[in-house]
Amino acid sequence: MWDYTDKVMELYRNPKNVGSIEDADAIGEAGSLSCGDMLKIYLKLDEKGIITDAKFQTFGCGSAVASSSILTEMVIGKHIDDARKITNQEIAEALGGLPPEKMHCSVMGHEALEAAIANFYHEDVKCPEKGKVICKCFNVTQETIESEIKANNLKTLEDIMNYTKAGGACGKCQNEIKRILDETIQSEKPLTKTQMILKINNVIDKYISSELRKDGGDIELIDVEENKVFVKLSGKCQSCNRSQLTLTHFVEATLREHISPNIEIIQV
Amino acid sequence: MSDEKKLIYLDNNATTKVDEIVLEKMIPYFSKLYGNASSMYDLGAKSAQAIKAAREQMMGLFNANDPKEVFFTASGSESANMGIRGILAADTTKKHIITTKVEHPCVLNLYKKLEKQGYNVTYLNVNSEGALDLNELEEAVNEDTALVAVMAANNETGIIFPIEKISQIVKSKNPKTKIYVDAVQAAGKISIDAQKWNVDMIGVSGHKFHAPKGIGALYVKTGTLFVPLIEGGHQERGKRAGTENVPSIVGIGQAAEYALAGLADESTRVKDLRNKLETSILKTVFNARLNSSLVNRVPNTTNIGFEYVEGELILLHLGDKGICASSGSACTSGSLDPSHVLKAMGVPFTALHGSIRFSLSRFTTEAEIDYTIKVLPEIIEKLTKISPFQRELKELKDVKSGND
Ligand code: FES
Repeated sequence: MWDYTDKVMELYRNPKNVGSIEDADAIGEAGSLSCGDMLKIYLKLDEKGIITDAKFQTFGCGSAVASSSILTEMVIGKHIDDARKITNQEIAEALGGLPPEKMHCSVMGHEALEAAIANFYHEDVKCPEKGKVICKCFNVTQETIESEIKANNLKTLEDIMNYTKAGGACGKCQNEIKRILDETIQSEKPLTKTQMILKINNVIDKYISSELRKDGGDIELIDVEENKVFVKLSGKCQSCNRSQLTLTHFVEATLREHISPNIEIIQV
Repeated sequence: MSDEKKLIYLDNNATTKVDEIVLEKMIPYFSKLYGNASSMYDLGAKSAQAIKAAREQMMGLFNANDPKEVFFTASGSESANMGIRGILAADTTKKHIITTKVEHPCVLNLYKKLEKQGYNVTYLNVNSEGALDLNELEEAVNEDTALVAVMAANNETGIIFPIEKISQIVKSKNPKTKIYVDAVQAAGKISIDAQKWNVDMIGVSGHKFHAPKGIGALYVKTGTLFVPLIEGGHQERGKRAGTENVPSIVGIGQAAEYALAGLADESTRVKDLRNKLETSILKTVFNARLNSSLVNRVPNTTNIGFEYVEGELILLHLGDKGICASSGSACTSGSLDPSHVLKAMGVPFTALHGSIRFSLSRFTTEAEIDYTIKVLPEIIEKLTKISPFQRELKELKDVKSGND
């Protein structure tokens, strides 16, 4: 049994604004029957762009109904441009939170709202078929995965499954998702050379030097060029015939784990 | 009784309530008769005697030849792991194993692991009614086939596999191929017959037939070589170490005796109730469809898909009325993928996510079924109004009511 908040329970039992609006000014859709959840949202606007009515229909679980219901309540009375700023976190927060595995319901709400607003402005709706589909089971594109990582600060494969469902069925796309995750996190924070040097020295101090010193050796950072990290071994490590192994299996692996999976160690 | 107080338990394939009489038989072995069955004094001997009696009761359930063919385990999953791993470890020369696409995860996940360890696996398909293609099985068995693991009855749909026929096919193609039968959902519902089935191992789990959770049993045909999963003391003739869980063993033994005695009730009274529930739902709810064949099923189970409505939402609303059932919808489990069983049967997406399993027991009453029949259509009616597939639902309604 899911740990639903009272608000979620209240709203799945008695959802507000269920149904369609015949002469809607905007209609948006997200999800699909094959993926197991779908949401359709209808908006009515006045001449100033204020949303005067919103209705929804959903094929989904208790939290999908609750998310859709609260979303309609949140947009009514707002100017369409302000409604556009509503994030999926705000939807989840308004419900007093959702179980992590159900966060994709709030994402679906956000996507349907985005689609409705795009429909109002006659913008090109982001068509999933246009991007590269990464997860075939749930038809999730690279673009969606990247934007959810950024918007929700996602850190793990499991987070991505909870928010987008991608990777949650046959699992074949999981490696690809991990790659996107690594790259997105990477591109999020391009480090300057000085930041990089500081970070590397930190990791060396904290995790690497002490280990090497136990064997009577040490390591020194010489220079950094993009992903290439130039180092010099000293003491016993320098003459050890397994120094190359130490460098790749320990030093490089530790730096990759803590800084970036692309780091390459070069001994000088 | 007010609606809130009602508890109508129609999820007996998930677990069952412990029979009061079973519980009563167990209680002395927690307190007064707490001896270790291996001890040499009278208190220990009492436990050993109780285990002996339970083993004979289990022998009856399996229709085994000899009490030595019965081993106690902690669960159905343990029985499957002990049986399958044990057989494969006893002869590591053969590398081909067979199972079906609709097995319980305790077999399916184990097979996936074995596949990674170098076994060559055939997963047999089922048709839209849930039945196996026996020709496919016949073609799959070869010289290198070490094991076929197949369930006697499916947990989600209740569909029964013809074990006797399966065993004939397998053994005629390769007499050395061993057969493991997962009979967890068969116990207490249909007869399990080690003799007639002519298989090497059969696993059951106590809590599916009114014994407690945490106890299972494994039938192993005399002469079947297997390597123990748990090493340690000499318990269970050295094949499953660990001090015996005497109260639970007493419980499963007693429950097995009642299960055997209750088969007639299952096949008449319980089946009638199931049929009443099923027929009524299919008749009164326009978007309901049966997710299985009508014939080869255990008497207590029905699996119904409600098109264009989502399963968890149905369960939540049923739960509000005190009715417990379960769903093949992904939203009710930690996984995001809907039921592998219904998918393997090709249940269409329209009904896949809205499939509900009702499973009855000998404690289910007619009044409970009547109440369910009364409230379920109202719930589905309410939920179809929320569905975004209004046009599809209307078309469905027109077709079912004969309008054009
Ligand atoms: S392709 Fe992504 S889970 Fe199957």
